[in-house]
Parts: sequence; C-alpha cells; structure tokens
Amino acid sequence: MSRDISRRTFLGRSALGAAAALLPVTLVNVVFGQKKGGAAQKAKAAGDKTDFTFAYISDAHIQQISGNKFVRNWDQGLKRAVAEANLLIPRPDFVMFGGDLGQLGKKEELDHGAEIMSACKYKTHYVMGEHDFYLDMGACWEKLFGKQYYSFDHKGVHFIVLNSILTYDSWNKKWPSAMERMVQMAGLDNPLGSPFMVGEAQRKWLAADLAKVDKNVPVILFSHSPIQKIYKGWNFWTEDAEKVQALLKPFKKVTVIYGHVHQIQYNQIGNISFNSVMATAWPWPYPQSYALAKSSLPVLTVPMNRADPFFERDATGWQFIDVNSGKVAANYLLTDNENRTVKYNRKTGRPEDVKYQNKRTAAQEHY
Amino acid sequence: MTRNSIIISGVMLLVFGFIYADTFTKEDVIRWQKEFDAAAKYGRQLWENSASFKLGTNNVACAQCHPNATNTHPETYPKFQKQLGRVVSLAEMVNWCIINPLEGKPLKLDSKEMVALLAYIHSERRGVKLAPGKH
Repeated sequence: MSRDISRRTFLGRSALGAAAALLPVTLVNVVFGQKKGGAAQKAKAAGDKTDFTFAYISDAHIQQISGNKFVRNWDQGLKRAVAEANLLIPRPDFVMFGGDLGQLGKKEELDHGAEIMSACKYKTHYVMGEHDFYLDMGACWEKLFGKQYYSFDHKGVHFIVLNSILTYDSWNKKWPSAMERMVQMAGLDNPLGSPFMVGEAQRKWLAADLAKVDKNVPVILFSHSPIQKIYKGWNFWTEDAEKVQALLKPFKKVTVIYGHVHQIQYNQIGNISFNSVMATAWPWPYPQSYALAKSSLPVLTVPMNRADPFFERDATGWQFIDVNSGKVAANYLLTDNENRTVKYNRKTGRPEDVKYQNKRTAAQEHY
Repeated sequence: MTRNSIIISGVMLLVFGFIYADTFTKEDVIRWQKEFDAAAKYGRQLWENSASFKLGTNNVACAQCHPNATNTHPETYPKFQKQLGRVVSLAEMVNWCIINPLEGKPLKLDSKEMVALLAYIHSERRGVKLAPGKH
C-alpha cells in the first residue's frame, strides 16, 4: 500500500467522526513506510531524501486558576493531543510543540504543561510563544526546554526554530510590573500590545546558520507567529517578516510552519510555503470576522469550518506532518470535526487543501 | 372644547412654556451617546477581565475566544440556535458562554452587566447589516 493511500485511509476513518470515536483507539493505525522497488530507485535518482512524519502540537494555553487547579477545558485539549500522537503508527520521528504552552507564563503553568507533555513518547522540540515569554522574558521556559532559537538536521532536512514573538525594548520596559507586561501582551486584541518581531540579533544568527546549508537542502522553519503579515491588530503578524523571508529566498524548498493563529491558514510567497497549525485550547475567529478593521487572510486559504461552541473541542486539534521530498503535507486532526489535509502541490507550486481547494462549503464561510 | 378648557389650556401653556415630550437638544444627544459609550466600555472591561468581575469561576475571559467580540454575530439574533432547538436572543447565548466555558452563574437579563456586555458586542459590530435568523 502506498503512503498516500494509507494516509487517506487514516484520514477517511477519522473523518467519520462519531464512527471513528467508537473504534478502539488501537485500531486507528497509519501504515506507511519507505518507498519500495522502482519508486525508491526513482526517488533516489531524483536526489530525494527519506520521507518521514513528525507530529505538531501547539497553543495549549495551560491556565492556572489557583494552587493546583487549572482550567479543565485547556488541560483536556493538550492531554488528548498527546494521547493521540502517542497512537500514531508508524511512530512520528519527533514532536514539535508550537508555543503558548502556558497562558500567563507562570512557573506553575509551564511546569504543569511540561508534565502533560512528558507523557509524549517522542523526542520533542519546543517553540517559544508570547504567553510563555513576557512574564520573565523566557527564563522559566529556558530552564525547562532549552534555547529560545536553534537549528537541527533530520533526514536531509534543515530545521530552524525561531523566537518570533520578541518586541521593542521600550515596550518591554514601560510596564510597572512583569505580570502587567504579561497581561498586556496576553490580550490578543489589546490595542496597548506591541507587534511581534524576530529582531536583528536573531536574524544575524539565522543568516550565519543558513550560510552553512546547501541551497538544495530543504529548509523547514518553525515560528510561533506567522512570518507573514495577515492582521496586525491581533498580531497575526511579524514586523520584520520580509527580512526573514529574504534570508530564506536563496533556498529551493522552504516551508514555514507557525502557531499562534488557532486556525487553518496557508499561503505561498515566492519560494516559501506557509502552513499554520491548530491550537489544542480554543479556536480563534478569522480576522475578516472583525468588521471594523481591514485584514488580509491569504486568498489561497480555505478556512476551517466555523466552530460549534457546544462541542468543547470543536475547531481545536493537532497535526501530523508528512515531509515528502522536502515539502510538507499538513494533516489536521480536528477533534469533533472533519479532518483536513493541506499538501504542497508540485504542479501548481503551492500548498492546497486536497479536498476543498476549489470546492468550499457553507460551513467554511466566516463573517 | 368648552371655553373654560380653552382658558385652562392657555394658562397651562403659559405656565409650562415650551416643554414638549420629544424635544431634545444636541447636548442631550451627546450625553445619551456618552451613557451608551460608558456601558460599552464597562462591557469591554467585563469581556477582558471577566475573572476580576466574577463572571465565571475559572479565570477564563470572554476575550480569550472572542477578540473584539468577533464570532458573536449580534446582527443574526434572535435566531434558531440549532444546538438548543429554539429561537433565542443574544443575551441567552451570552449566558450560555458564562455557564459553560466560564463555569459561572447566568446573569439576569436586565442586569447592568448583561446590558454592558450587549452594548460592547454591538459596538464592535457597527455598520453590519441586520440579518435576524441567519446561521
């Protein structure tokens, strides 16, 4: 069975929703593996590297109520994603966590989140989110998860993790307390917030890191905020996005995967493909839903279905990401809704929804 | 009309002068708008700091899921809420959110807080055409 067909089988089963939920979880298997025979030789001749899968969990927003009490709803979202990721067969090569593990960056929240994530059976890499950062400028997070930006290589792909949620020093210093700063940045629609940026120091590091990489090597960059400009009012935005994009321009295969937006988004800018990932906590409205402001959701994006609040986990989820010859297929596992797959289309040169790209439904209309 | 009543009316008019039920000035309009703005502003505070105003019990705020009160669709209410199986008002949906995601107790429909929340929701949706019943 080829990878594509077996993956489709998995997604098809899951799409049955209620029916899938009735299956014993151990039956929800994905069976795919290396290319065999002629296909493998052909791939080798074309210089393709091994295909592989990794899982992506993001935006858990673990929120302390008091003492050892945390918001049940958000806890359940993360626990469910970890449990489901553990069921993936074959095993994903690693797991990414896309940022915003906590809600107000408190040690209690990050510790509790790290404890839930510790149930994850795979090597996990972390991305910094603003909700993890603005209380102590990432100190507690660093102790738990290490460097705020770094790179690693895996099966012929160069992976980069950036901290894209930095902002101006003057803004950081203007608040009477660290918690006040955190609360101000935590409000998505807060007009007193400040735009996210990668910043000069990190861009310099990125340029040096990329200088060592062959231009034919596929590059996958992880950030919390989109390295593109969608809507500044909610920080669906990175102030120096164009400068980061310019550093990625010389590479043949580039993908940026980001969290923060709690919804399906994808785009193609020049050589760079963009894929967002879902939150495990709660969904966010698409920016065009705010009638008083202008925004620019990529026209390519077919939105996820409008959330049904009566289903607590609707429009939340996690994803497994297939890396196929250096380009990405993002498989969105949407609890309480139909799963979606956004896959890079080699013919059109852009990511596309495999089912809905040219066939939108009423439930995908956001207003 | 009798002669007496005409005289009485004339006297009343002299005494009470130019007071008419629906006469108002520019200043009145400004004042009334300020009253509404104050309610919407209070609504925004409740929206953002729901926990400090004890709307819920779990520190979750309305603004966490609804930045700028989006995805509340005030222009579509009253409407058939398919999950409840009947036509409901926006205020009932606000209470649904307070009871469920916020794990709090419902507000009285005519309470200062409910009115403020509705004022805020509507103020963020200015200019959108009414579409009662729209799903």
